[in-house]
Amino acid sequence: MANGKDTVAENFYNQSTNKHTGILSWLLTVDHKRIGLMYLYAILTFFVVGVIIGLLMRLELIAPGRQLMDAQTYNALFTLHGVIMIFLFIIPGLPAIFGNFFLPIQLGARDVAFPRLNLLSFYVYLAGAFLALLSLFLPGGPIDTGWTFYIPYSVRSTTNVSLAIFAAFVLGFSSILTGINFVTTVHRLRAPGMTFFKMPLFIWATYATAWIQIIATPVIGITILLVMVERAFGVGIFDPALGGDPILFQHMFWIYSHPAVYIMILPAMGVVSEIIPTFVRRTIFGYKAIAISSLAIAFVGYLVWAHHMFTSGMSDTARWIFSLLTFIVALPSGVKVFNWVATMYKGSIDPKPPFLWVMNFIFLFSIGGLTGLVLGSLATDIHLHDTYFVVAHFHYVMFGGTGTIFFAALHYWFPKMFGKMYNDRLARIAVVLFFVGFNLLYFPKFILGYMGMPRRYYDYLPQFEPLQFVSTVGSWILAGTIFFIIGYLIHALLKGKKATSNPWGGVTLEWHIPSPPPLENFKEIPTVTHEPYDFSQLKEMKDE
Amino acid sequence: MENHVKKHPGYSTYIFVWLALLAFTSITVTVAGIDLGNYTMLVALGIAAIKSVLVINIFMHIKYEEKIFKVFLLLSLFTLLSIFILTLFDIIYR
Repeated sequence: MANGKDTVAENFYNQSTNKHTGILSWLLTVDHKRIGLMYLYAILTFFVVGVIIGLLMRLELIAPGRQLMDAQTYNALFTLHGVIMIFLFIIPGLPAIFGNFFLPIQLGARDVAFPRLNLLSFYVYLAGAFLALLSLFLPGGPIDTGWTFYIPYSVRSTTNVSLAIFAAFVLGFSSILTGINFVTTVHRLRAPGMTFFKMPLFIWATYATAWIQIIATPVIGITILLVMVERAFGVGIFDPALGGDPILFQHMFWIYSHPAVYIMILPAMGVVSEIIPTFVRRTIFGYKAIAISSLAIAFVGYLVWAHHMFTSGMSDTARWIFSLLTFIVALPSGVKVFNWVATMYKGSIDPKPPFLWVMNFIFLFSIGGLTGLVLGSLATDIHLHDTYFVVAHFHYVMFGGTGTIFFAALHYWFPKMFGKMYNDRLARIAVVLFFVGFNLLYFPKFILGYMGMPRRYYDYLPQFEPLQFVSTVGSWILAGTIFFIIGYLIHALLKGKKATSNPWGGVTLEWHIPSPPPLENFKEIPTVTHEPYDFSQLKEMKDE
Repeated sequence: MENHVKKHPGYSTYIFVWLALLAFTSITVTVAGIDLGNYTMLVALGIAAIKSVLVINIFMHIKYEEKIFKVFLLLSLFTLLSIFILTLFDIIYR
C-alpha cells in the first residue's frame, strides 16, 4: 500500500457507470459485477433469515410436545423456511451472484448482453422478496401450506396464500430475465477464438441453467395464476370440491419445480468443474462429456417430474414410466462425478479451502444423489414418501450440493471479487465444522424417516427423541459455522491482505485481469487461443 | 441483418392473419358448445396450435429470422410436446 500507484488502480468499485457517486451509483448501476454483488448481499441476507427460521424449527423439535411455539406458528415457519431457501436463496444464488459476476469475464466480454435488463431483474427479485415479506404481516397471517402450495389446502387456507404465491410469480420473472440475458450473452458476446468448446465449464452449466429458467419458469407462473383465479373466483380448476383435478396441480407444480432442482444444482456442478482443475493443476478430464452432460441433465430433467407424485393417486403406467426415466438422470450426473475424480488422478493437488469445499460437496452430494435413487424407485418410495428421509435427501442434495458450492464459489472467487484474501486457517476449520454440523443435523433424518417420522409434523412419538436431539445439536454447529464464515469473510474484507490477480494459479480469463477487475473488465478484448484448462499458459501469464 | 428487414410482410398480411385468428377464436367458442367426448381436448389443442403457429411466424417474425431462433423454438416445442405426452400417460391410464 506504500506504493501510491496501487491505491489509485482503477477497479469497478471506484468507477461508476452513471453520473452518481455513493449509494446511487450502486443502485442505478448497469455493471454486471456490481449487480452481482448487490445480489450477493440481498441473497445472503435472506439466507441468514432462512437459517434462523431453521434453527427455531429444530429448537421446537428438540423434544416431543410444545417447546416454544404453537403448531400454527410451526406450520408457517416451515413454509417460510422453504419459500425463502428455495425461491430467494438457492434458485437465484449461484447464477445471479457468480453467473452475473463471472460469466461475462470468463467469456471475454465487457458486460452481459442486456445490462439494463440485468438491473431490472435485480429489482424484480427485490419486489418479489418484498411481496413475500408483506404477506407475513398482512391480516390473514403468514402462509402455512408448505412451499409446495398443494391443492386443495392452498385453495381453502385462510392465510395470505395468494400474495405469497404471487411473490413466487414475480420472482419467476427475475429468473426468466436473467436466463434470457445469459443465453444471449453466450451466443453473442464470446471473445474472438472462444468457440463453444473452448468455454469454461461454469459457462456451459450456466448456459444450460439459463435454458431451464426460460422454458420451465413460465409453467409455475401459469400454475400460480390459476390457483389465484381459483381462490378469488371459485373456478374449479384444481379443487375437487369445485370439479377440478388436484393431481393436475401437482403435475404443473413439478413440471417447473423439478427442472428447478437442476437450476439449483447445474451451476454448482459448473463451479466444481472450475475449482478442481485449478487446484490439481491439470486439465479437466472429459471436457466435452462434462459440457454435454450439463445439457443432457437440463433436458432429461424435464421428463422426470412425476417422481414427486408416486403416492398421489396418478395412474400406475405413469408411475413406472417416471420411475424408469428418473434413473436416466443418474447417468449424466455420474459422468460428471467420475470425470471430476479422474481429473484429480495423478494431479498435483493443492488442498486450499475452495478445493476442500469441493471435497465436502462430492461426499455430501453423492449421499444425496444415491438416496435419490432410493426415492426414485417406485417401491421404496411408497414407504419413504413424505417422511424425514425425503427431508434428509433434499438437504443433502440442495444444501450439501448447491449450498456447499455456494461457499466453495465464495471462497474461490472472493479474492477476485473483493481484492482481499481471507485467513486460510480459519477457512479450513470452517470446512471441517461445516461437515460435522451438516452430518449431525441431516444424517439422523435418514434413519428417522426410515423409522416412519413424517415430515412437517409439529410433534412426534417419544422413540424419535434421541435422534431428533442429535439433529438439533447439529443445527447449532452448522449455524454457528455459517456465522463464523460470514464473520471471517467480513474481517477479510476490512483487514485482509491484498489479493494478487491470480492467487490460486487459475487459467480461465478472470485470472488474467486485476483483482478486483476494472469496469468493463478488459482493456482490450482478449483473443482466445488456449483450451480453457490448459495450464501451460501459467508461465505466459506470469510473464505478462 | 439488412435482408431480414427487407423480408418483413406488409400490413395486408398482418390484417389477414388477425382476421384468421378471430375466425379460429370463434370456431373454438362454437366447438365448446358441442359435445365431442374424448376429442374435445384434441380439437381445442389443435386450433390453439394453428393459432400459435400464425402468431409466432408472422407477428413474432420468426419466419423471417435466422435459423438459430428456429432451432431454439423447435427445441422448446419438443420439450413441451414431451411434457404433454408424459402427462397423458397419467390422464389416459388413470
